[in-house]
Amino acid sequence: MTDYALSLRPLEFFFAQYKRVWRGTIVSSVVTPIIYLTAFGFGLGTLVDRSADLPDGISYLEFVAPGLLAATAMQIASFEASWPVLSAIKWSRQYHAMLATPLRIVDIVLGHQGFIAFRMLMTATIYLGAIAAFGAVNSPLGLLAIPVTVLVGVAFAAPIAAWGAYTETDASFVAIFRFLIIPMFLFSGTFFPIDRLPGVLEVVAYATPLWHGVDLCRQLTLGDVHPASALVHVVYLLAFTGVGLALAFYSYRRRLLV
Amino acid sequence: MTTQDGQPLIHARGLVKRFGELVAVDAIDFDLQRGEAFGFLGPNGAGKTSTMRMIGCVSPVSEGTLRVFDLDPAEDGVEIRARLGVVPQEDSLDLELTVRENIIVYGRYFGLARSVLKQRADELLDFVELTERAKDRVEPLSGGMKRRLTIARSLVNEPEVLLLDEPTTGLDPQARHVVWDRLYRLKRQGVTLLLTTHYMDEAEQLCDRLVVMDKGKIVAEGSPRELIERYSTREVVELRFADDDGRPEDFSEWTDGLVSRVEPLPDRVLLYTDDGDAASHGLHERGLVPESILVRRSTLEDVFLHLTGRSLIE
Repeated sequence: MTDYALSLRPLEFFFAQYKRVWRGTIVSSVVTPIIYLTAFGFGLGTLVDRSADLPDGISYLEFVAPGLLAATAMQIASFEASWPVLSAIKWSRQYHAMLATPLRIVDIVLGHQGFIAFRMLMTATIYLGAIAAFGAVNSPLGLLAIPVTVLVGVAFAAPIAAWGAYTETDASFVAIFRFLIIPMFLFSGTFFPIDRLPGVLEVVAYATPLWHGVDLCRQLTLGDVHPASALVHVVYLLAFTGVGLALAFYSYRRRLLV
Repeated sequence: MTTQDGQPLIHARGLVKRFGELVAVDAIDFDLQRGEAFGFLGPNGAGKTSTMRMIGCVSPVSEGTLRVFDLDPAEDGVEIRARLGVVPQEDSLDLELTVRENIIVYGRYFGLARSVLKQRADELLDFVELTERAKDRVEPLSGGMKRRLTIARSLVNEPEVLLLDEPTTGLDPQARHVVWDRLYRLKRQGVTLLLTTHYMDEAEQLCDRLVVMDKGKIVAEGSPRELIERYSTREVVELRFADDDGRPEDFSEWTDGLVSRVEPLPDRVLLYTDDGDAASHGLHERGLVPESILVRRSTLEDVFLHLTGRSLIE
């Protein structure tokens, strides 16, 4: 039995649980992009395109769609790594059940993150399909936006899961969403280029993992890839994932093995 | 098999668990032999759960020696846990999944094949009398059914030792008896049981051998019968008084020569004697008239009271 195989075992639990709700998540995965792309791409886009201020003469729909893709991944992954993690420790106690079997902390962390990555894969595939249907994928390179979206999701899910295993109550999750996730959604280049932000805020926006995800998805769907900056984006997101996982191993162990 | 005949399945010497300043388990020694039902009896906070968690490899040992299947919990947690069955104090069932799915998903954590698990799940549900609820979600089940399902789930890997932490706490009397009956059957099938409890009747019914724990220490060890013989008398006379006025301040003048020991409690007085009827008759002759007199057998509760000066359930 390899260590790698042990880390796959918790996935079966999450899939068994997901089997009960997957239809609902698929429906929302299809409906959400249609609503957003219609509202921002067509609704707001017709106003924006009149001022024709976007780089390289692209339409607002083409600009905003990859941003929405990355931002949606951030939101779903952040949710999946907050309440469900605390619940598996405190309320449903699933992690405790897993720890009464051969599974180790590392398997529990990787198993849960693996499930979130799977959810990202489903969401990203459907979302990208919707963007293509709206005519906003300009290059076959756009397909690479799917793994990038998975990476964006895990880059958020890993550190948030670390916090979820550290905190005693769910009160802080609301604050994380209100003061971190939603501001990132609005100001990390999803809806407008971040060089329009006042000086300091622009620097802050560069530091957010979401901006790196948004810009990378945008380069890919527009087919306008700048290898150096793309590499920086990938490394930045991998760093968040790596540090997040290390913190999660620490906080899960500290919380569950006492 | 790493344990040979005669070698204990679990071996602890000077085992300590500290949480900061608090010493939860204070240098305890015990051995668990294959095939026996061994109990930790003690009130809440005695260190029973901490001991169980150390054995289950989910709580690092602070000091001392702990060997499980002659393996080290700090190094060999994966192998040890593969051979243990754990019934935790707090249920950790998945309420969203069905009764049967709970067993199968849990069995997958042990790497057992789905085909094996399907058959085993049916057998285990039959054993705990939950076959009819196999396809129902867990959430609406009663507390007793959930506990039976937890026991069934803990047996899915055919464990060599079953750890039960307060297996019937919070259940109504009828549900407790059903759980006891199942555990008794497991014991007869030769499953090694290690359980904690603060119910003296649970310990008396299920345990071949037990240790009495108080404030992190083992204060006595033996079979239920041995403990009662050693630390109590054959019978106990319980006196209750209608009010404090009718209750004597000093019992010695009433009980001298009649009983071997007097234990005054806030709500009643216990008189320890080998012949309860003779003692209550003697009291009557001396003119002491309590509101009620009850003569009963000595229990582990009396042992605990004698050893610690406190009741098991406070």
